[in-house]
Parts: sequence; C-alpha cells; structure tokens
Amino acid sequence: MEVKPYGDTRDDGVMQLSFTLPIPNSPKATDVGKQYLEKMGFHDVAVAEVRAIDPGFTFYVAYARTDVSIDPDQVKGDYLDVEEMDYYAINTFIRDDVGHKLVVVGAAIESDAHTVGIDAILNMKGFAGNYGLERYPEIDAYNLGSQIPCEQLLKTALEKQADAILVSQIVTQKNIHVQNLTKLIELLEAEGVRERFIIVVGGPRINNAFAKELGYDAGFGPRTTPVQVASFLAQEAARRQNP
Amino acid sequence: MELSLRLDQTLVDRARSAAESIADDVWRHIEAHTTDSVERTALRLLGVVGVNEIDVPLVNVVVEQGRDSLASGIIAPFVAVMMDSGMSAQQVAEGIATGTLTLAPVAAERREGVESHAAEIAAGGVARIDAARRRREELVATLSDPVKPWLYVIVATGNIHEDVAQAKAAARAGADVVAVIRTTAQSLLDYVPYGLTTEGFGGTYATQENFRYMRDGLDEVGEELGRYIRLCNYASGLCMPEIAAMGSLERLDMMLNDSMYGIIFRNINMERTFVDQYLARMLNARAGIIINTGEDNYLTTADAFEKGYTVVSSDFINEEFAERAGLEQWQMGLGHAFEIDPSIPDQVVYQIADALLVRQLFPEASPKYMPPTKYMPGDIFMGHIVDAMFNFVGVFTGQETQLLGMLTEALHTPLLQDRYLSVKNAKYVFESCRSLRDEVEIRPGGIIERRANELLGKAAEQLEHVRDVGLFRALEMGEFADVSRDPGGGRGFDGVVKRAEDYFNPFYAALREGRMSGPPVGPTPAERAASRQGGR
Repeated sequence: MEVKPYGDTRDDGVMQLSFTLPIPNSPKATDVGKQYLEKMGFHDVAVAEVRAIDPGFTFYVAYARTDVSIDPDQVKGDYLDVEEMDYYAINTFIRDDVGHKLVVVGAAIESDAHTVGIDAILNMKGFAGNYGLERYPEIDAYNLGSQIPCEQLLKTALEKQADAILVSQIVTQKNIHVQNLTKLIELLEAEGVRERFIIVVGGPRINNAFAKELGYDAGFGPRTTPVQVASFLAQEAARRQNP
Repeated sequence: MELSLRLDQTLVDRARSAAESIADDVWRHIEAHTTDSVERTALRLLGVVGVNEIDVPLVNVVVEQGRDSLASGIIAPFVAVMMDSGMSAQQVAEGIATGTLTLAPVAAERREGVESHAAEIAAGGVARIDAARRRREELVATLSDPVKPWLYVIVATGNIHEDVAQAKAAARAGADVVAVIRTTAQSLLDYVPYGLTTEGFGGTYATQENFRYMRDGLDEVGEELGRYIRLCNYASGLCMPEIAAMGSLERLDMMLNDSMYGIIFRNINMERTFVDQYLARMLNARAGIIINTGEDNYLTTADAFEKGYTVVSSDFINEEFAERAGLEQWQMGLGHAFEIDPSIPDQVVYQIADALLVRQLFPEASPKYMPPTKYMPGDIFMGHIVDAMFNFVGVFTGQETQLLGMLTEALHTPLLQDRYLSVKNAKYVFESCRSLRDEVEIRPGGIIERRANELLGKAAEQLEHVRDVGLFRALEMGEFADVSRDPGGGRGFDGVVKRAEDYFNPFYAALREGRMSGPPVGPTPAERAASRQGGR
C-alpha cells in the first residue's frame, strides 16, 4: 500500500523543510524560496521563516505538501537479518553454540581520531544502558582506540587469534572513510586472511548494504547498541562453526 | 551577591598542594630535556620560514642536519654560521637546505660570543610577538570587547577560503571567538605544513599563512561590527610549540594547549608532550593568548557522572603547569563540559554543581565550557533543547567562554544555518537569564553543594594518589579518561633529547624578560554590537 507523509490527516503529505539559499534577503526572497519548493514538486507551500543569516544568505523554514507516495513493500535491500538477543542469552549462546570465547579486536582506523563509536560498543560501560562487549564473560574484547593503521589492527587480530574485527569510522570528509575501509579489506585479502575473521564496520555513514559492498560481513549505522553487534557476532560465529 | 557554594577549604588546599607536587616532579624532567619541536620553534622565532623543494619545512631540514649535537641545542651552531657568513637566519637555513652551508659544533672559546649574539637576535624575535600583542590591545581598545560568556564557534570546511567566509558569517550572527578546526591527524605530523591550504579532512591545516589569512578576515569583520573577534587554533600534537610560535606572531587570541591531551587522546609520548607544552605555554603567556585545556574530552570516553572529578583534578594540574610557564590566571581557559547523560534525573542540577565548582575553584581564570556531544541525538530538535540547557548552565554559573553546541553535532560538521541557529539559541538564553545568578542562592547542604563537595573530595584524593605514584605512572595506569599510556611509547619519543651541560636556547630567558601583563581592556560594546542583531 502506498503511503505519504502524515501531518495531521492521512495522506495530507505535509513535510517540514528548512534550508539556506545563497541569496540576499530581499522583498522577493520569500517567493524565491516558495517557487524553489514548487519546482521540487511541493504545493501548498507555506514559508514560515525567511531570515538573512549573512548578507548573501537567506535561511528558510517552510511547510509544504507532496503528492509523492511510496509502497514500503517494494523497498528491497540488504538488511541485516539477525535475531536480537539480550546480554545473558548471548553469553549462553556463545558457550553452547560457538563453544569458545569470542575474541574481538576493535579500532577506529587510519585518520579517524574519534573513539566514541568503538567505545560505545566495546567499553565495559557501554551505551544507552547497554553493557559493552568488554563486560561479556564469553567475549574477550580488545579496544585499540583511534588512529590505528590497518596494518597494526591486522597484526593485533592475528596475535590475539581474533574471531572478529570491529572497525569504526566516525568522521569523514570527501569520503575518506571509504578509502580507509577499502584499504583494510585489500590488506586482509593481500595477506590471504580475509576469511579468517568476521569483519564488521560501524559509523554514522554506514549501513549494512554499503558495508557488504565494501567487502565487510556487516555494517551498523547510528544508534547501534552493543547487544545488536554482539548478537550478530555470536550468531555469525556459530554459523561459521557449524556450516 | 555572587552565586556561590560553601566548599570545604581543606579539600581545596589538599588538591592544590598535591597538584603542585605533581608538577614539581615533572618539572625535573622538563628542565633536563629538549625536543625536535622545541629546537624547530627556536629556529622559527629566529625568522626561518618556508619549505625545501620537496615541501619539507626548512626548520625540519636544519634540525635534521644538527641532530648529532641536538643535546646542546640547535641555536648556537646555527647562529655561529650566521655570524661567519654574515647572512640572515633565513639565508642560512636555505644554505643548509641546498648543502652550501653546514652546521658544526661551536668551539668552547667562541661559545660566549655566539650566545650573546644569539640572545640579541632572540630578543628581536620576541619583540615581534610583543608587537602582535600590542596590536591586539589597540584593536580591543578602539573596537570593543564582547560581554561574557563569549560565544565560541567552530569552522571546519578544510578550505581556508570557505573557512573565512563562514567565520565572517558566524561573527555577523554574533560569535565572539572563531576556532578553525584542524584537519584530522595534523596532531600526528612531525612538521607544520606550509602555505594557504584548500583541502583537509574534517578541518583545515594549521599553517602560518592560513593563520594570517583568517586573522585578516576576522579583523575586517570585527571592524564592520565594532567588536574584536577572537581567533583560536590548536597548539597541540607533535608540533605544539611551533604552532604556539606561529600563533604568537600572527596574533591568534586563543589556543587549545593542554598539558596532557596529546598523551591521552593522541598517544603522543608523555616525555615529549611535557617538554613541548612548557615552551608552547611560555609563548602563549608572552603573546597574551588565552589557552584552553581539554578536560572536556575525558568525559567523552569516561562517564561524566561518575568521573566528573577527573576534570577537576586535571584543571588543577593544568593550572600548575600553566603557572610555571608564566601564564596569568586570565589566560587559563580551564576546560570542563556538559556531558552527563540527559536521561539521568536532575541532570541539569548536577551540571550546575560541576560547572559552578570549576568556576569557584578558579575564580580569576577564564574557564571554557564545552557543549554536550556524547549524548547528542540525531533528533536535532531534541538536540537543540539539550544545547539550550547547556547555555543556561553556562550563563547561570558565570562561565567565560561558551563553546556553542550544534543541533547537528551527531551528524556533520556545522552547516551555515546550523551555526546561525546555535548562536541564536545562545543569545536568547544568555540575554534572557543574564541576571538570574545575582538573584538566587544555592541552598546550603542541597544536591548541588553536596555534589560539588563530593567531586572536590574525589579530585583531592585522586591528585594525592597521582602525587604518590607520579604523573608518568598515573598516566600509565589510565588515571584520566580511562586511557592508559606507556611512558616509553607513543609518537614522537625519538624526538626527545636529554640536554647536555652546555645546552643553549636563548628563548627560555628572552620570553621571560620584560613581558607585558594583564588582559586587553576595551570599552563595552556599542548597543548595536551588544545586541548582536544578526541579519534583518
């Protein structure tokens, strides 16, 4: 069934929009913003705010209706299919179905100086009321921190005989994160050890389909909690154990 | 009636005295060593600029040449060549780079003459820093100095030309301080790039040319607005004192310049950092630059509620190191942050306790209050409200510099409109709550006072523990930010050199001699500027 944005009535198609145009705020600026939205296919455009935020720039807040609709059933993609378990269930599952402690090595790689993502997943304390992987009795987690060269991450993973490698990429500009992520996979392939590890990436610009495209086993986007990552690692490890 | 807490003074005294001993201990190390970056800084202050044909800065080339005798300092052999050749510092550096000149150890009988000549040239270098400081004082006096808390915003486009455009827009919207975020990983470069730059990752290279270009841009817009707009950058990483030197010469007004940040968050060797931070801070002291310390970062890795006291401990340590480098209290922008989880009941009450504690422990300093980052949601509307509470706590507790939070903190480097909305948020909250702190008192024995004393008690305990084991060992044990570092490891360790008996660097003395004192004082802003009406 097709759906449209919901304002206060089914199928009214109301959307909230804000943007800046590089024009001075003149008497006609309101119409420029309005007609721009109309060109995008919106109608019933109500410009709520027009403000010069610098001599050459005008900021808009507007509401408008769209006729565009979408059928959710037609949206297909590579979504991570994993049963989310809780902390206790995951530990039991690893003990029973994997049969050994999961060794996990994680880092923010190359130029990325931000540990917030890898810390949220790995640190004892965890994130959003969710313990990090370090807390799991059945997981040995090693958090290498930020700005870790791919070579060093791989070396540690081999030394620790890791089951899984976790990579975080938080900050990006001009798609540097893609280069960094590609570099890691190429390195693993060149060393002939790609298949030895479950390789997972997380970050605000990451989703599962994109991660798969780059050669990772899974990708996690923003607001991912440690149990989601741990559930995937446990189930994937078990799957590899008993193919 | 100032808003104030009844603090246990014995705890304050214990904390200060422990911090003093901690700094004394590290002091012995600082005085016994030099580093690659310290020597390169001295060359920069003599006037050496530019790069060789493969873009290696000349100061790096010269220090590499003099590596064998670095324990005695680069300046004596370098100045000896200047005297022998009759050339300028720049010409000598170029000569060394092309191979027409070489450095040689200075014979004992020449030593005195070379050193006294070097001291004269050094005084000239320091005079250039003084001129920049005088210029700031003139500008503040003729324009005006904004009311506090100063609104501090960040630009981070990677392209210095875009940065200038965005910085001007931010100033027009009401920002008082503009910081140019550095490109990711510049802190790990063991050289300072050269020239105007248009590409960076998550920020823009700190180069002397970029500094100058941005300075001109802000002076221009400051003139237009009738307010002096301050410029901030980062004297941190492997080139900490060199960047401080560049900032001193190009009239930056603030510098991120922490004594431990690089160790903890960039894995830069601790011996290197402690030596580097000393000269960097001496330069900032001389230049009248306000330093900002990075305690807020502790709370992005450790929990703000449980580990809030580590911020206080570190502020005490930073204060001690700053004092030893000659920074005056007003130049100490001690860091702290609004990072307690918003889902904790009474979060704002605890934040008031934490912020007021820092304000009261360092009453003459210029604390810099950092916004929420760790718990900023993708829901920008909610994020904007959390930022408003942060602004409220900032103005209510009397902070000096408020680094504005962005509603899109969790998403991307700020868009033009994000920064505008953020400034508007702060202006509204500051102006609407301006007098509140004069109207209320903190309830004796209430949540706020109890939390503040608890934090202070834990900080005193932690500082005494750090004093007992020594700061190097404490950093090894992960005392701050839950991060542990190896004293013999980390980046830049190979650039730490034990000083020889005859070590010579004229700048340590020159920077102390005859320095100016006190903050620049200007008129209060004109009504138009004070109301900070941006746009129409």
